[in-house]
Amino acid sequence: MAKIVEPLIFELSSPGRVGATLPELDVPPADIPAELCREDLPLPEVSEVDVVRHFVRLSRMNYGVDLGIYPLGSCTMKYNPKVNEVAARLPGFVYTHPYQPEDQVQGNLQLMWELQEMLKAISGFAGVSLQPAAGAHGELTGILIMRAYLHDQGETQRDTILIPDSAHGTNPASTAMAGFRVVEIKSDERGNVDLEHLKANLNDRVVGLMLTNPNTLGLFDEHVCEVSRLVHEAGGLMYGDGANMNAMLGIVKPADLGIDVMHFNLHKTFSTPHGGGGPGSGPVGVVEKLVPYLPGPIVDIQVVGEEEHAGHAHDDEEEMVEVFFRLVMPAKSIGRVKTFYGQFGVMIKAYTYIRMLGAEGMRRVAENAVINANYLMAKVKKVYPLPYDRLCKHEFVVEGKLKDAPDIHALDISKRLIDYGVHPPTNYFPLIVPEALMIEPTETESLESLDYFADALLRIAEEAKTNPELLHEAPHNTPVSRLDEVGAARNPILRWKPAE
Amino acid sequence: MVYVPNTDKDRAKMLAVIGVESVDDLFYDVPKELRYPQIELPEPVSEMEVLRELQEMSESNVDLLHTPSFLGAGAYYHFIPSVVDTIISRSEFYTAYTPYQPEVSQGTLQAAFEYQTMICMLTGMDVANASHYDGGTATAEAVIMAVAVGKGKRRRIVVSPRLHPEYVQVVRTYVQGMDIQVVGDENPHASLEDIAGLIDSNTAGVIVQVPDFFGTIEDYGALQALADKAHQAGALFIVVAYPISLGLLKPPAEYGADIVLGEGQSLGSPLSFGGPYLGFFACKEEYVRRMAGRLVGQTVDTQGRRGFVLTLSTREQHIRREKATSNICTNQGLNALAAAVYMSALGKQGLRKVAELCYHKAHYAARRIAEIPGYRLLSDKPFFNEFVVRCPKPATEINRYLYEEWGIVGGFEVGKVCPGLEDSLMFAVTEMNTRDEIDALVEALREVASNG
Repeated sequence: MAKIVEPLIFELSSPGRVGATLPELDVPPADIPAELCREDLPLPEVSEVDVVRHFVRLSRMNYGVDLGIYPLGSCTMKYNPKVNEVAARLPGFVYTHPYQPEDQVQGNLQLMWELQEMLKAISGFAGVSLQPAAGAHGELTGILIMRAYLHDQGETQRDTILIPDSAHGTNPASTAMAGFRVVEIKSDERGNVDLEHLKANLNDRVVGLMLTNPNTLGLFDEHVCEVSRLVHEAGGLMYGDGANMNAMLGIVKPADLGIDVMHFNLHKTFSTPHGGGGPGSGPVGVVEKLVPYLPGPIVDIQVVGEEEHAGHAHDDEEEMVEVFFRLVMPAKSIGRVKTFYGQFGVMIKAYTYIRMLGAEGMRRVAENAVINANYLMAKVKKVYPLPYDRLCKHEFVVEGKLKDAPDIHALDISKRLIDYGVHPPTNYFPLIVPEALMIEPTETESLESLDYFADALLRIAEEAKTNPELLHEAPHNTPVSRLDEVGAARNPILRWKPAE
Repeated sequence: MVYVPNTDKDRAKMLAVIGVESVDDLFYDVPKELRYPQIELPEPVSEMEVLRELQEMSESNVDLLHTPSFLGAGAYYHFIPSVVDTIISRSEFYTAYTPYQPEVSQGTLQAAFEYQTMICMLTGMDVANASHYDGGTATAEAVIMAVAVGKGKRRRIVVSPRLHPEYVQVVRTYVQGMDIQVVGDENPHASLEDIAGLIDSNTAGVIVQVPDFFGTIEDYGALQALADKAHQAGALFIVVAYPISLGLLKPPAEYGADIVLGEGQSLGSPLSFGGPYLGFFACKEEYVRRMAGRLVGQTVDTQGRRGFVLTLSTREQHIRREKATSNICTNQGLNALAAAVYMSALGKQGLRKVAELCYHKAHYAARRIAEIPGYRLLSDKPFFNEFVVRCPKPATEINRYLYEEWGIVGGFEVGKVCPGLEDSLMFAVTEMNTRDEIDALVEALREVASNG
């Protein structure tokens, strides 16, 4: 990581500089009424070279998957194949407008339809909408689908969603946005949903349960089918948080576990890069009875000419049958959750990835993600306490609290990892583990890379005892050292202002 | 191709360290009868093959690189300087996650801080967040914010009937569980005064779009009067703006906006069939703690050097869970970066020039089209770069003729969202449309009117 002090782009501004050329006006000018116009637009004035150097320098102050291991738990920061980028930049995709007539964008609609089908095949669901823009957006969508379905059944008294304490933080927030209240369900001593606590909270006010499985402890719920059965018996629905789908690819279909609705995180499981905060993409899959409630439009396939040929087997029949892809709104749709059809550019990347892996590749991804996580866990658990000592799935949580180093916290360990060239794990999450370090190596790390990371963690544990200041002051080799986050929140400076 | 470096030998070694005999043993907890299901996917292909297939699929589209187009209605074909793709293709940017660890994310954070500042400059507002998914979802978040500012006691939202119809649909979807009433879009001919008449003591927010969905710029005096009415009733005045127009037009802060948001796709993101786009969102400082989404703040490190962090995160879902301002976790970081690079490259003068090119070319097109017998402009109010034309034939028929006979992708068929206007086309003109293209459109419209 380059140590750079880079001014703000505004501080590079010099009156009269321009960074882009534009064509001359080739039509007669019209009058612009003065009362419509703004007086000043204080954007920076910089040259193209200034712009390029400024942002390239900023890029060198950033850590991405292409630089090294990024074991941020529950974020599934796997390598993003370069072919995805090439595919998403094909001009025939990029230069299409969402309001072009359907017959002009059959390629786009075909890709979306095929992606819907592939996600259905992987998950076992009956229908998929690609519209949600991110995982949490998919959660809100899924909860609204559950709400609409139950209302149609006359079950309007249902107002409660059960959420295990090992769930993602967005689950309760999405639930609240849909107008429901949250009841938290405890984990048992093995990290599963506590069945007794669940039973005690099931009644006719329950909309359903939101299950992250494997959960944020990296554990597959050993009673998942029982949990689903109990929730269904109480008249509720099962929501699956698909953020941890990477561990399930080709291993088990969520629909087979009794999940009724689930979102996929294309930017996690299907290798579409996260762009320093997004775009993501959070398609939602549902079982048959919920298909009419999906947000739309979704893509439907229409076979033209099929009827004419029914019962007349011709050799050339296949050639005479044509397909046409259409955008349709499901019959009882909850509505649109986003403008247009979703994150199309992200869909292209996920499609490319799935096409290149196929069914066998899906299974290999999950298997290797799980092998990598367990290997890493086995190597570090002697030193870092493991709250639930079970085989994990694609991630695991250790306590960043070391024997003989009482002053060292998870945050210190994380910051010191940066000096070893490793992106820190997720800190202080899940909330049920004190000083949590949530580690997810993903399947795209090699044995050598995992060994390097494990060795770094073990060496840091030694350093914690012999030289705790080294950890407290870490990181040492970054453009900035530890930042005053409390001060930032207490006295928010959220924009640049010119000196007066 | 599977992007897994582990060899069989590596795996054997790792399983031994883990202490299990086979990979299957790692899945002991997955119900056996459900394990390893059949998955019906197409056979995997190589990189070369998948690119060939995708190339073919993409080329079956009619793309606007090769076909003149006058489609707008919320997504616009603008020029993107080459520097934008150069920067967003830097993998340190695009392969990074949300910047939870600021010391290794200063690039993402500083760029977001610059983006926030530029959105404030463009809109005239005090603070902006680091982005929302798109214009539609940003509108829904503005509604939720307005209700929160009203402490949840005000449950009515007044929308202009000339707000993008898809935005209103997104709002309705979002609020269906929240006991919020959305009114105002029933009568498409309602004036700003009519909208003002809908504001009552239960109103949390009033939303207008400038220029509106049909391209019209309402009189700023009338907009200010509406803002005043909203404020008198204790409601927020929310403006949905087209960012390119703000290169030229008065910033909404000057006519009373409390929140300004919109679709930022035009700022450096390609059309890409509707996504990923960029929701920009700015507001007055006093409401910042009610604003959803990520915020980047400036601070100092232990040595007093300037640095940037995600801040005010007590509003967010990972801290406040069900009490959070919203459930937003992912935003549109890379699109926001593209917007920051775009606005930097064009700068003060460039954005104004783009806006002027759009304005002059659109006015030239509108004037020429209105001269053709049978066509007339729907409104005589000022417009920026988009306008509705009533045509002598159904809009669908005209569009089909434009494409089949002239190879032009025509305008947006207004009847699709506005029953009764099946004879109307909305044309958008940007700096991408040359005079030749506009002249060809005019000729084609003349021809289709006189044929049969």
